[in-house]
Amino acid sequence: MSTTATARSFGDQVLDVEDLRIEVHTDAGPGPVLVDNVSLKLRQGEVLGLIGESGAGKSTIGLATMGYSRSGCFITGGKIVFRGKDIRQMNREQRQDLRGHGVAYIAQSAAASFNPALTLYEQICEIALRRGLMKEEEAKADAVRLFKELELPNPESFGERYPHQVSGGQLQRAMAAMAMITKPSILIFDEPTTALDVTTQVEVLASFRKLIREHGTAALYITHDLAVVAQIADRIMVLRHGKMIEVGDATQILQAPREEYTRRLVAERTVANQNLHQERAAENKPILEVTNVVASYRSLTKVINDVSIDIKRGDTLAVVGESGSGKSTLARVVVGLLPRSSGDVRFQGESLPPRLQDRTRDQLRRIQMIYQMPDVALNPRQTLLEIIGRPMEFYFGRSKAEVKVKVAEMLRHIDLPESFINRRPGELSGGQKQRVCIARALAAEPELIICDEVTSALDQLVGEEILRLLNRLQEELGVAYMFITHDLGTVRRIANKVAVMLKGQLVAYGETAKIFNPPFHPYTELLLSSVPEMRADWLDEVLSKRDRKAR
Amino acid sequence: MLKLIGQRLALGLVTLLLASALIFFTTTLLPGDFASAMLGQQATAENTAAIRAELGLDRPVLVRYLDWLSGAAHGDFGNSLASHRPVMEEIRPRLANTFFLAIYAALVAVPLSVFLGIMAAIRQGTVFDRGVNVGALLTISVPEFFLGYLLLMFLAAHYRIFPVLSVVNPSMPLYTRLYVTFLPMITLVLVIVAHMMRMTRASVLQVMASPYIEMAYLKGLPKWRVVVQHALPNALAPIVNVIALNLAYLVVGVVVVERVFVYPGMGQMLVDAVAKRNIPTVLACGLIFAVVFIALNILADVLSIMSNPRLRHPR
Amino acid sequence: MAAVDVKSPVKKSRGIRLFGHRMPLSAQIGFLIIFINLFLMIFAPVLAPYGEGIVPTDMTKWAPPSAEHWLGTDAIGRDILSQLLYGARLSIGLSLLTTIIAFVIGIITGFTAAIMGRWVDVTLSRFADLILSMPTLIFCLVIITVVMAREQGFVDATGVSNAFFEGMVIVLVIGFLYAVPVFRLARAVSMNIVALEYVEAARLRGENIWWVIRREVLPNAVPPLVAEFGLRFCFTFLLIASLSFLGLGIQPPYQDWGSMVNQNAQAIFIGKPQPLFAAGAIAILTIGVNLVVDWLLSIYSRAHGENA
Repeated sequence: MSTTATARSFGDQVLDVEDLRIEVHTDAGPGPVLVDNVSLKLRQGEVLGLIGESGAGKSTIGLATMGYSRSGCFITGGKIVFRGKDIRQMNREQRQDLRGHGVAYIAQSAAASFNPALTLYEQICEIALRRGLMKEEEAKADAVRLFKELELPNPESFGERYPHQVSGGQLQRAMAAMAMITKPSILIFDEPTTALDVTTQVEVLASFRKLIREHGTAALYITHDLAVVAQIADRIMVLRHGKMIEVGDATQILQAPREEYTRRLVAERTVANQNLHQERAAENKPILEVTNVVASYRSLTKVINDVSIDIKRGDTLAVVGESGSGKSTLARVVVGLLPRSSGDVRFQGESLPPRLQDRTRDQLRRIQMIYQMPDVALNPRQTLLEIIGRPMEFYFGRSKAEVKVKVAEMLRHIDLPESFINRRPGELSGGQKQRVCIARALAAEPELIICDEVTSALDQLVGEEILRLLNRLQEELGVAYMFITHDLGTVRRIANKVAVMLKGQLVAYGETAKIFNPPFHPYTELLLSSVPEMRADWLDEVLSKRDRKAR
Repeated sequence: MLKLIGQRLALGLVTLLLASALIFFTTTLLPGDFASAMLGQQATAENTAAIRAELGLDRPVLVRYLDWLSGAAHGDFGNSLASHRPVMEEIRPRLANTFFLAIYAALVAVPLSVFLGIMAAIRQGTVFDRGVNVGALLTISVPEFFLGYLLLMFLAAHYRIFPVLSVVNPSMPLYTRLYVTFLPMITLVLVIVAHMMRMTRASVLQVMASPYIEMAYLKGLPKWRVVVQHALPNALAPIVNVIALNLAYLVVGVVVVERVFVYPGMGQMLVDAVAKRNIPTVLACGLIFAVVFIALNILADVLSIMSNPRLRHPR
Repeated sequence: MAAVDVKSPVKKSRGIRLFGHRMPLSAQIGFLIIFINLFLMIFAPVLAPYGEGIVPTDMTKWAPPSAEHWLGTDAIGRDILSQLLYGARLSIGLSLLTTIIAFVIGIITGFTAAIMGRWVDVTLSRFADLILSMPTLIFCLVIITVVMAREQGFVDATGVSNAFFEGMVIVLVIGFLYAVPVFRLARAVSMNIVALEYVEAARLRGENIWWVIRREVLPNAVPPLVAEFGLRFCFTFLLIASLSFLGLGIQPPYQDWGSMVNQNAQAIFIGKPQPLFAAGAIAILTIGVNLVVDWLLSIYSRAHGENA
């Protein structure tokens, strides 16, 4: 039952976008061009993947195919022809009609896109009823049928619930049901699995693909993740800064990209499996030892329970888990933001006081932290000199002149120009801000740096650069890292040790090579098998494997 | 949800008690003998003692408070120092007048401001929206007495459309009463419409910016349907909350407006009592105003709890 | 050093700018109103055609506007324009003083609540809730009644005049009552900022609490507090005017705009506009301040971290 892209055949052309141009217009005059000269065609039953980093204009294109642009954005050029009619020439009623059963949209965050005040039935059947396409009982029966196809639990009663009463993955599938109820010709998927945990993503992705294939619907699938799009798209278009970079068959783009930018994107995903970590002369004495730590917030449920790990000099320990696994809490316990309720945290052999306030300045200096969102981790009103210079002044009492020289040196070290010294965070890009956060941590000359999801708010290529920088700094300085992450790609890339967490407990712990190779802990295996790979047959493989297991 | 509402009501009751205590104990806050201070130069041993007896000052503070509170619960606030008649007897007709004016103003202001707020939000950025906003800024900034006198000047003194004094008496038929109190009503309306309209507009705008509204448009629904079916049910909670809070604000506005139009209500009475240092009457008026104010605040909270779908349909 | 930095082209857009933001026409009008008011207030003795409280010899009661009396005369024949100019000093001055008192109390307690542990915070916040559960004007009237009832003893003891004492009482009472909303804002703002990761980073570094407040919290808390100052000033200004209008605020021989409205109220019933002048002056200044505040709030409600 192999369903590779080449084996599929398609029907008539349903969508033809030519030279699309979308611009921002504000009160102050014309703004940036979001989409520039983009053309695409879609045939019945075909799935086109739109790939690109943030700001590539993917979502804007998706919305434009429905004749919709967000406030401030205007379609200023080109044609959008749906079944022979140009959407731009349509009047309001025709456009509403088109959105009703021509093109349907599936948004990134289902939780925010469902109206909290109405039941799922009311929202899913609404448009079909409004259009007079079917009677209420028919619509409900159709919805139930879709719920079954999408493998939702209790399909008969599912629609009577309110959005907040079902889980995120289920809601995302309910949104697909809402889009399919009028049997549209085209579905627009806008990053529909990005907000989900990896293990949920596989299931949702599988049910989306099944839906598209069985109904023969054409689709635009918008995502930043090449591996995800590889599972579902027949053709792929790569976008950057609103311009087309490359378009072609999925296999061609993934295996033989023509353009340099596409090659970089593909390469980044392929190298993700190669570990950067260099083995260093083993030192036996660990610098951080966490033994049997238990911690909880004000409520009595334990957020982490009986966790023990240790980190040696030059080690990179990755702590992985899905949301709610307690991985960030572990970091907060180590730095003392959340006092542990039992167990011990020892650094260089001496036990650290549970509370931040009771630790000495030197103890604080040795463990530094880098955050997920560089935007809120830097004070917008301070210059880089103040931000990076403060730890030098604070821990080592250096003079103003000394600090200035050192900060300039540090900027060079993290590949930023020295001239940035008087800039404020607002003038930097996301990746540059994260570099500044790294510099601030290094300025304290720490022995351990805790990195809390440091690449997950960044674009892939930028994130990769940050990982390389961290790795280079480790080679030069021998500093140890504790990496908190949900992304197994990052783990493979940088860690020599892994701790897998689930519901506050450690389920697997050891050398990366050992943990990521058989025999697996069942949860580790589930996690690993859920990470999409760039092969087009990956999803089929996973599903058939799971099927076999279930039997 | 019932539990939450119950908690809110209980909290309201506690607040009410504390507020009454606060009002009462401020009267005993300062040192020195109250009775002789009140009489000033005219203080003699005899009349000081008389006042002390009348106020019951010879008993401990806590006893006096509990006494006052249980009296208040039965509508007994003691005797007025000015007329020596029961305070409640004097308050009752005036309370009715004040409520009449406040309800009259509310009946006009609430639909008007909700309508304006929703229209301004839907037509955000248009001339209509800007006009309504400028109007709101002006009426918010301007003191009640300025608006009142402006209206008096033109509509009563100059064009003689309305009477200059809003004199009412119990035998007056309803339509005459509505006519006579038209100017004070309009003044109050102007003062609270701006607040209510601004907050209604803000809450509708906030709802209109949410992804599920965009989704509703993308489903191909017409604008009116999006607003009525998707935006309003969610904007209702904040709007209802805003209305209740602003009705509470009426309680304050009424004091000044009554003064402008020489309207025989509670506010005038309170002001006279303050001027004459008539403590029992001040306490009574203060407590009644506070009760209404707190009650409306509780109502606002309860209504917003009740209109939250997450609380109405728990998991 | 590296090569000379190419200056990023700073857009010189037309119009007046403040804090790096272009000022819309409404805010310019607001500032103009405020400056004119301050100017008139400061130079009142120079500008006023007649002295403070001087009754001209001709003494016409409620004379209409004329060449000698631009805005006419009041209930006892004084020149209204001169009264307005002198009244500005009391009206604006007292409101400023009151607002400053409210801010000093409110900010200190607000920051304390945000930074000192839970116990202090809960106590202060509950007390604030209680005060705010009552209408300010009503609570104000109750306190004033009580204090004024004991006024004589205090006046005799200190030798200040009754009117001065009463004025001070009003300033202190309103200052205290309006400290409560300032407290709430200061607490909320600093709590928000304290929750940000750059403040957490400072705490992790081991910085002491005052350094964190001074360097990390305050610079980011200033903008919303400036807007609140304008707003609070309006409220104070209107409340004092209302009290005076009710005859319970500033007492003769002192006179502010509110009491001018009160004294001239009778004129309206015979169709004369006398009370409208002072009331209008109050309205114009509040509108001016509100225009500026609206603009400030609209700036700071825009995305954070975005440098204009």
